Amino acid sequence: MYDFTYQKPSSIADAVKLLAEPEAKALAGGQTFIPVLKQRLNKPSTLVDLAGLGLAGIKAEGDKITIGAMTTHGAIAASPEIKKAIPGLSMMAGWIGDTQVRHCGTMGGSLANNDPSACYPAAVLALNATIVTDKRRIGADEYFQGMFTTALATDELITSIEFALPVEKSAYEKFRNPASRYAMVGVFVAKSAAGVRVAVTGASQNGVFRHTEMEQALSGNWSPDAIAHIKTPPGGLNSDIHGSAEYRAHLITVMAKRAVAAAS
Amino acid sequence: MGANAFGQPLTRKEDARFLTGRGRYTAEIVLPGQSHAVMLRSPHAHARILSIETRAAAQAPGVLAVLTGDDWSADRLGGIPPGESLIRLFGTPEGQGYSFRPPPRPPLARDKVRHVGDTVAMVVAETLAEARDAAELIEVEYEPLPAGTDTASAIGAPAVWDEASDNVCFRWSAGDGAAVEAAFSRAARIVRLNVVNNRIHVGALETRGALGEYDPASRRYTLHTGTQMPHGLKKELAEDLFGVAPDRLRVLVADVGGSFGIKNALYPEQALVLWAARRIGRPVGWIGERIDGFLSDYQARDNVSVGELALDGDGKILALRVRSLAAVGAYLAPEGQLSPTVNTPALAGVYRIPCIEVAVTGVFTNTAPTSVYRGAGRPEAVYVIERLIEQAARETGLDSLELRRRNLLHPSALPFRTGLGLVYDSGDFPAMLEHALARADHAGFAVRRAASAARGRLRGFGIAHYCERVAGAWGESGWVELSPDGRATVLTGTMSNGQGHETAFAQLVADRLGLDPADVDVVQGDTDRVPSGKGTGGSASLSIGGAALAEASDDLVRKALPLAAEALEAAPIDVAFAEGRFSIVGTDRSVGWRDLGRRLGPERLEGVGSWKPETPTFPNGCHIAEVEIDRETGHTSLVSYTMVHDFGRVLNPLLLEGQLQGGVAQGVGQAAMEHVVHDPVSGQVLSGSLMDYQLPRAADLPALTLETLATPAPSHPLGIKGCGEAGAAGGAPATINAILDALAAVGVAKLDMPATPERVWRAIAEGETALPRVRKDGELPPKVMPLEAAR
Repeated sequence: MYDFTYQKPSSIADAVKLLAEPEAKALAGGQTFIPVLKQRLNKPSTLVDLAGLGLAGIKAEGDKITIGAMTTHGAIAASPEIKKAIPGLSMMAGWIGDTQVRHCGTMGGSLANNDPSACYPAAVLALNATIVTDKRRIGADEYFQGMFTTALATDELITSIEFALPVEKSAYEKFRNPASRYAMVGVFVAKSAAGVRVAVTGASQNGVFRHTEMEQALSGNWSPDAIAHIKTPPGGLNSDIHGSAEYRAHLITVMAKRAVAAAS
Repeated sequence: MGANAFGQPLTRKEDARFLTGRGRYTAEIVLPGQSHAVMLRSPHAHARILSIETRAAAQAPGVLAVLTGDDWSADRLGGIPPGESLIRLFGTPEGQGYSFRPPPRPPLARDKVRHVGDTVAMVVAETLAEARDAAELIEVEYEPLPAGTDTASAIGAPAVWDEASDNVCFRWSAGDGAAVEAAFSRAARIVRLNVVNNRIHVGALETRGALGEYDPASRRYTLHTGTQMPHGLKKELAEDLFGVAPDRLRVLVADVGGSFGIKNALYPEQALVLWAARRIGRPVGWIGERIDGFLSDYQARDNVSVGELALDGDGKILALRVRSLAAVGAYLAPEGQLSPTVNTPALAGVYRIPCIEVAVTGVFTNTAPTSVYRGAGRPEAVYVIERLIEQAARETGLDSLELRRRNLLHPSALPFRTGLGLVYDSGDFPAMLEHALARADHAGFAVRRAASAARGRLRGFGIAHYCERVAGAWGESGWVELSPDGRATVLTGTMSNGQGHETAFAQLVADRLGLDPADVDVVQGDTDRVPSGKGTGGSASLSIGGAALAEASDDLVRKALPLAAEALEAAPIDVAFAEGRFSIVGTDRSVGWRDLGRRLGPERLEGVGSWKPETPTFPNGCHIAEVEIDRETGHTSLVSYTMVHDFGRVLNPLLLEGQLQGGVAQGVGQAAMEHVVHDPVSGQVLSGSLMDYQLPRAADLPALTLETLATPAPSHPLGIKGCGEAGAAGGAPATINAILDALAAVGVAKLDMPATPERVWRAIAEGETALPRVRKDGELPPKVMPLEAAR
């Protein structure tokens, strides 16, 4: 990696001030960013480590669960509150990467990066979660704006993610990229106060998206059969050496059916 | 004798070191004053180098040297020798040879780059970060040229070498073509199959590395590196690269974290670090990163073949004919000609095939050079014949087991001369097949298949039954020395790269000398200390190196006997050696190695032995894979894997199992996961990291069932046959045969490796469309394509 300055501020204000510097980058676990640095694909002036801001933790209140931005996948997977209230989210966190990755990577880091193959965007979008930043609250539908693109301003930090309760049904299924184990296609299905929502990650060139046709079908009939016939047009889907757009389109239906079955 | 004797499952002496992080790999050797090198590699698959501007890099902080091919040439140094003469096997026509054998390859490309990753310049600096920073300042002006990376279309693709406009490196053949032709003309049925043996990146856990030293006082070079063949490396570096006598060069090898053939042959970096060390007067270290490996390690396999079987009306094989295109890559690696030619006799398999013809065309492509990899042509050959057997069963409508049984060589037919001239001397193939079927519970397969079907899954049962020729190509010597404290020191020219030689040789010698294996030290990987060696390869370390050490142990006993007699104040003729003690026959008076050690004067007591086999050995085995396929996704799970092997006498069943596990994993990896993929237009490597190149993981493999059914090797002094490549020999064909067996239920007849989920899914989709046209029971199978069309 190239040389950079490392800073670990202890307040959000300090962190935001440091991040205002051109070429400063936030470090929120680093499970994507550190490999990028090691390959010299990014040359930050300053690395602002967010681990000292007190943003980790899970809080379950009556009508919501709030997950601090710096909460690790491992902590989310292990949380009994999340397992009980939103089993799909618990399942998802437990499947990310490997043990080491799950104990370093954070939900806020993943959401801020918005990798098109990341898992969390599907959960956040399907559960209609709210992204809370140091400046405002952003709804999931507004937050995701295409691959590696979000509604966040450059000097804006996610502080927590709020999931409204109750969630009646939730499940996640993913088809892993055979080599990297990232989601080649991941589908999160949820039924909550926001209605039935189906979010697909890994498949599209534009990152996570809602599958409205499946949402409509499942609203009337929550069963795998209700969506078995639904075909996703391959246009705009990713295509690489592991899976063509057609294959991904097919897998969306398969994974969605399995997620619905798992949440039944 | 006891828990450490020949045949006992002694745990590995080296494990404590490896498992507690105390292994010593090339990257962990740090010398005083060491500098660090990085390689600048070609971003183009094929391009002319117009200019290389190094001034800015040379002035960058910490930089000690920036070196290019012009510098190498100005120092009048040699190149990496290309593969040697083509082997002559039974039926190889006189005078057959290379169409174009490239010249020795300078370690830095000069006028042209021929594959992505070709080495273009070297930067040496005080720190690795400084070397990397400086490398970014080198400006290379390229004129990109059209490139070809595909083997099947290599002939006619843009020429990799101006001297070989058709991209042909060699045309080679073996076997009795006339007899094969005659057999095909009278055959009742001809079965023809195109198979692809996909290109593999070996991906040893320890990346390649080299650390060079030069001592101006003695004018000696010392190379620390991971290799399987230290002495060969020393000779090539001295004679071919630096033009000095071999005694001017020392190769030192510490622990090696996997090789499987790729660390056999000389690489550019091994020469470059020595050269740079001489130029700057300091040690120069280079440790390859994963990306260096993906782009510049020798790669493996990469053949496309057409196999044809001629059968009579009873399903008996009359002849086998195979034509292959084999990619040698952009250069001919030092052993690049070996895999496609030398080990083709494994095509004969375990069958009574009266005549065989094989013809191979070696072709250049704009890819990393290919070289030997676990099996070195044997797995490729086994893949062809074992796929053909199943295809023949499918096309004739005969049950595949019945077809196998009708064609298996019976022990009473041994010795048997195969159609490619080998003489099989031992083995019981029919018993092995039946035993493997029983161990894999073939009888219960129908029930398991039905249970899978009930869960929406397709289940398949696949067999690969092989016989390979190993350990016959060279000799080794071995030395066993008694130390004053009664320990034995073993010197061997073979080189462990993870498979446990320290344990194996200690156990073998300890058994021979009646010592505790803990009291036997194994010295390897030092060309100054070990007088000679061929090295490790071809399943030969134990069978050849071990036989030499057994003889050396016996020689030590012979030489120690007079000393023992002296100690016992007896006539040598009255002294006998047994179980670690020399005793006066008929008395209870004896002395052991410790007593003798204490009596050693200034003279060394060393036993010497050597073994150069006159005939090879023939390990063989039957692998059975069982798979389950998710119909909706095409994902294949290997649910069980059973092997019955004949390795002759087994020294240590634990080491054996380790060898088989690794080999099977590599075979399964090739069958269902691994594939080096290039962009068809640009020649860029699309599978250049572990994010895109799928190596098998522990969770991908079930517990393996391994059993041995030994017939001792009649030609070998210890009865050993060799096991290093056996897992890889059967792994790929057994897995693919199982997948095809599963997919037959949905009308799939064709599938190439790797059987990735999408490929399997597509095959299912196409098979289901084609299914109505597939024959019903009793209906004749489709007519086989006329032979003319097959050519």
